[in-house]
Amino acid sequence: MADLIRILASIFLAIPKGLATTFKHLFRKTITIDYPRKPAKFAPRYRGLHYLTRYPDGEERCVACGLCAIACPSDCIYLEPEENERGERVAKLYEIDEIRCIFCGYCEEACPEEAIRLGWEFEFSQYDRKNFVWTKEMLLENFDKLEKGRAKGFIREKKFQFRAEPETYF
Amino acid sequence: MLIPIIIMVVKVLVIFAGLMTCVAYMTYAERKVVAHIQVRKGPLFVGYHGLLQPIADAVKLLFKEDFTLAGCNKIIYNLAPLVTFIPALLAIAVIPVGDQITVAGETTNLMISDLNVGILFIFAVSSLGIYGLVLGGWSANSKYSLLGALRSSAQMISYEVSLGLSVIGVLLLAGTLSLNEIVKAQSGGILDWFIFRQPIGFLLFVTAAIAETNRIPFDLPEAEAELVGGYHTEYAGMKFAMFFMGEYASMITVSALAATLFLGGWSGPILPPVVWFLLKMSFFLFSYIWIRGTLPRFRYDQLMRFGWLVLFPLALLNTMVTALIAIL
Ligand code: SF4
Ligand code: SF4
Repeated sequence: MADLIRILASIFLAIPKGLATTFKHLFRKTITIDYPRKPAKFAPRYRGLHYLTRYPDGEERCVACGLCAIACPSDCIYLEPEENERGERVAKLYEIDEIRCIFCGYCEEACPEEAIRLGWEFEFSQYDRKNFVWTKEMLLENFDKLEKGRAKGFIREKKFQFRAEPETYF
Repeated sequence: MLIPIIIMVVKVLVIFAGLMTCVAYMTYAERKVVAHIQVRKGPLFVGYHGLLQPIADAVKLLFKEDFTLAGCNKIIYNLAPLVTFIPALLAIAVIPVGDQITVAGETTNLMISDLNVGILFIFAVSSLGIYGLVLGGWSANSKYSLLGALRSSAQMISYEVSLGLSVIGVLLLAGTLSLNEIVKAQSGGILDWFIFRQPIGFLLFVTAAIAETNRIPFDLPEAEAELVGGYHTEYAGMKFAMFFMGEYASMITVSALAATLFLGGWSGPILPPVVWFLLKMSFFLFSYIWIRGTLPRFRYDQLMRFGWLVLFPLALLNTMVTALIAIL
């Protein structure tokens, strides 16, 4: 009998309450991101495809110190240093295997020259695993593309700092 | 002689086509409404706001490979979907969708057949559908299907008792088994509707009906978390679609029955009777989806306890009290 009363009470109190809640939700604005049809939005510190930065005069910033390769937990950065004609140390080879990368961002934290950065690009699927290795030239090109976007005001500057930004993300 | 036959054929075709359209768009409505309850958008891409989605689904299911399982009982495996589907369609035959009309000098009711035992016919036919589930689950020779089928048979038998008893109140008050007569008994305005004279009967009927059609929160036969897909785990393509359409068709039948028994069927002011009937039926169909978006699934023992210890005694009590009042 007590069972019966409890069940009946729940029917007459809890269920209408639940139904009212779901009914209210029917008229809420949907939170679906209409992604392929509309561009996706990103947090300012989103970690996407890498790029290698340049000085304003076009010189690469990377000094091939190898700290990024050491910091990388998935061992996906490979680099070989060389000297350029002015006797400065630069990278001869700088490759990132994006399919092994876990986009942790340790490389950009380790870099003393602010040379390697993670950008916002994420649509870089390939048909072959081999194509996932981004060479130095490709990484620099990513930077150039970003710069062009910046000049047109498309892309927000990525602030490099370790504290969390209080800014709302979307 | 010819005209009544033509009228009959037209009625059958119209009601059948209407029912199939309803089934197709019920799947669409379900996806849309549940999506919006969960603050999603639902089907969007096929046609305007996904309106052609049911057609795309049908085409997809038609072109699926029609495979035969190893170790299944082929004849029963292939027949079971039909056994579920056809009774679900049959039951709609005795539900009046509108008032009498006169076409070419022939007066006809807007229902396929005005049986004087309409309700009994619906119960008889709709409980045949359970054979399809049981046979389908058994013949596939898979443990999940079998468990789903066993559950559904136990559940449907338990809830059919309450379903039948909850209607008896209405029958006692109306004094007839013919659905057309029951509608006429409630046509004197909104206060004549049996929902006000049989409120407990109404709640019992709706609850038992949800269980009877295997819908959330009583959808244990196809509890996907435990049983993969329940009795239709091993079905694909059009055979799966048959089970699915059978389920939706019986939802529509039950909604139409609820509208007829408790909300006065096609009777209503100003608007044409058919529109009233469709409005009342859609209310129940919407509630089905709404409840699906709200309530979690029962556990099996809760389901059985609820069926036998709550619904059944209440239905009995309701019947006895109504009978007492009807006599006095
Ligand atoms: S993001 Fe992490 S995993 Fe990827 S290259 Fe940088 S350090 Fe390695
Ligand atoms: S990207 Fe930065 S950390 Fe890596 S080698 Fe170049 S300068 Fe050093």
